[in-house]
Amino acid sequence: MTSRTATPVGARRRRLPVVLLAASLPAAVALSLLVGSNLLPPGEIWAALTGGGDATASYVVEHQRLPRTVAGIVVGLALGVSGALMQAYTRNPFADPGLFGVSAGASFAVAVAVAYVGVTQPAGYVGWAVGGALLASLVVVALGRPTDPRTPPTRLVLTGVAVGAVLAGLTTGISLSDPDAFERMLTWHAGSLIDRGYDVTLAVLPVLLAGVVAAVVAAPSLNAVALGRDLAQAQGVDLRRSDAAALAAITLLAAAAAAVAGPVVFVGLVVPHVVRWCVGVDQRRILAVSAVAGVVLVLVADVVGRVAVLPGEMPAGIVTAFIGAPVLVALARRSRATGL
Amino acid sequence: MSGVDPGRVRESSRSRVRVVGGERAHVGLDRREVRVCVALGLVALVLGFVGLWAGDFPLTPGEVMGALVGPPFAVVEPIAYTVVVEWHLPRVVAALVFGASLAASGAIFQTVTRNPLASPDVMGLANGSFTGMLLGLVVLGGSWAGVMAAALAGGLLTAAAIYVLALRDGLRDFRFIVVGIGVSAFLAATNSWILLRLDVETALFASAWGAGTLNNATAGAVWPTAAVVVLLLLVLPTGAATLRQIELGDDLARATGVALDRHRLLLLLLAVALVSAVTTVAGPIAFVALAAPQIARRIVGSSGIPLGATLAVGAVLLLAADLVAQHVVPLTVPVGVVTVVIGGAYLTWLLRREMRTDR
Repeated sequence: MTSRTATPVGARRRRLPVVLLAASLPAAVALSLLVGSNLLPPGEIWAALTGGGDATASYVVEHQRLPRTVAGIVVGLALGVSGALMQAYTRNPFADPGLFGVSAGASFAVAVAVAYVGVTQPAGYVGWAVGGALLASLVVVALGRPTDPRTPPTRLVLTGVAVGAVLAGLTTGISLSDPDAFERMLTWHAGSLIDRGYDVTLAVLPVLLAGVVAAVVAAPSLNAVALGRDLAQAQGVDLRRSDAAALAAITLLAAAAAAVAGPVVFVGLVVPHVVRWCVGVDQRRILAVSAVAGVVLVLVADVVGRVAVLPGEMPAGIVTAFIGAPVLVALARRSRATGL
Repeated sequence: MSGVDPGRVRESSRSRVRVVGGERAHVGLDRREVRVCVALGLVALVLGFVGLWAGDFPLTPGEVMGALVGPPFAVVEPIAYTVVVEWHLPRVVAALVFGASLAASGAIFQTVTRNPLASPDVMGLANGSFTGMLLGLVVLGGSWAGVMAAALAGGLLTAAAIYVLALRDGLRDFRFIVVGIGVSAFLAATNSWILLRLDVETALFASAWGAGTLNNATAGAVWPTAAVVVLLLLVLPTGAATLRQIELGDDLARATGVALDRHRLLLLLLAVALVSAVTTVAGPIAFVALAAPQIARRIVGSSGIPLGATLAVGAVLLLAADLVAQHVVPLTVPVGVVTVVIGGAYLTWLLRREMRTDR
């Protein structure tokens, strides 16, 4: 009974960030629709959204703001969820969702496409990025997957780093030897939502959905696994099944995000850390809240990037680090910040 | 990831007994590690000879030897002496010494944080040096010495910033790691933004330096830097015993009488100094610091990080990568690019083999 009377205080305090976050989601979506380099009054944007409005407003909303907002939601959701899963699965604070070959594989495939195939548009990158990401992560998992599911996946993490290093080296080699490819790869690496139309988001939709399904399958066992892999098995968790689901979710979601926006993995690193410090240790809660927080961070970063350096634009991937890194460091300094 | 692996605790406690009981604890080399070091030393000798010999100027092996031992013992053509001793030798020495230096700093970072993914480049020092270099290039323009000084300042300031930001009732490894991740990402974004705003030629040149290169390893630059690195490496054995105790875990290390925070700080300072010295000549060469300790651990078959073998692996890795970058790859690529490819492939193979033998 005493513990019951004691918990509400803590629970209320921890509910506040979640409530704030839930409220900021529609606000972020609204900002993403309202703010941009074309200054339009909210009334006209509303009119354009509901089917009326003048030609300029409806063009901007239909072809720029809406598709971009959808792309931001896809990227934020995918990175938030895959980042939370990655930290729960590897128990390593360095592990970003692109670690199992996803970032390096996507970048390598895009570099090949840019330098040797002559692909120039973000829509053309999608297939290459997804293909490269999934192929590389298959290689990583095939090479490094623990033979005994009770051992922690340290070797898988190192295999991801090692295979990723080979691919990253080849990518750098390709781009340094071709000024044209170098320039395009610089933009791709920065990570951006510019010109990401529905063709891009629709193309990754199957990958995203498959990843979300896998994440839902993996979620229930995460708390047991967090206690220790031996203990989880003793509690009746099928480790092979839950690991397979977690790995599939991590790679599919990270691949979807990379295909849309480039390797902006920092979102997947910062969001779950911050969320864990706000909502506590329940992994299912961390997963759900990370999904929302990821979307909010990416949308806000994209909006800031549109107006920060007018008349130019700062890529969303760079803005996420400029916003996310100080938040991460500031929260890490508080005593409540705990390890994995 | 932390020292929960029972094999590792056993290994470490064995070393602790040695630390308490024997005078030779600081050396800490077991027989298998000695054999590995000797083998790697031979490989380094052979590769080093190839490095002195290979190049555009045709030399016989005899001429290389003659140039090395010098006039009292051999007849040396002046041009052969110039090529071997003044052009090739600094680069070979740079690869060996810098490789060992980066490897040592990686071993320190991975032991202190107890995380195999930790290394000075992952923690933001490489990005910080690159930020300094880019700012130096944009603001100072021409003077290469000024740009290198800016790179050195960038790395050191980054280390100082991470330390100040992570400091709060002692240096907890987790907070240290997360602050490092944050600072590193912030600097990476800064670099990315600066590169996007530079013209392509300058950005390409800067990126080649940012990947790590030995093209600037001239005699004038290498000898003083290599001397500094060797002096720093000589300090390393005094820290070796402490590193072994840190591997045991915070509580046990304190119980065995290690003034933990002070030692950690001194060790990390040493690691930062080792990396910074290399950066001033070669730029932020990635991956040697991360990979060398892990490769050495798997060759030696120890559960902790074997310090001597780590240094040898780093030296051989960087020298081999530089030879490939200079003589095998048809394009001129920075050595850092080749290092990650060779090191990554080799580490992948070792991990794969380790898994097979586990079965």
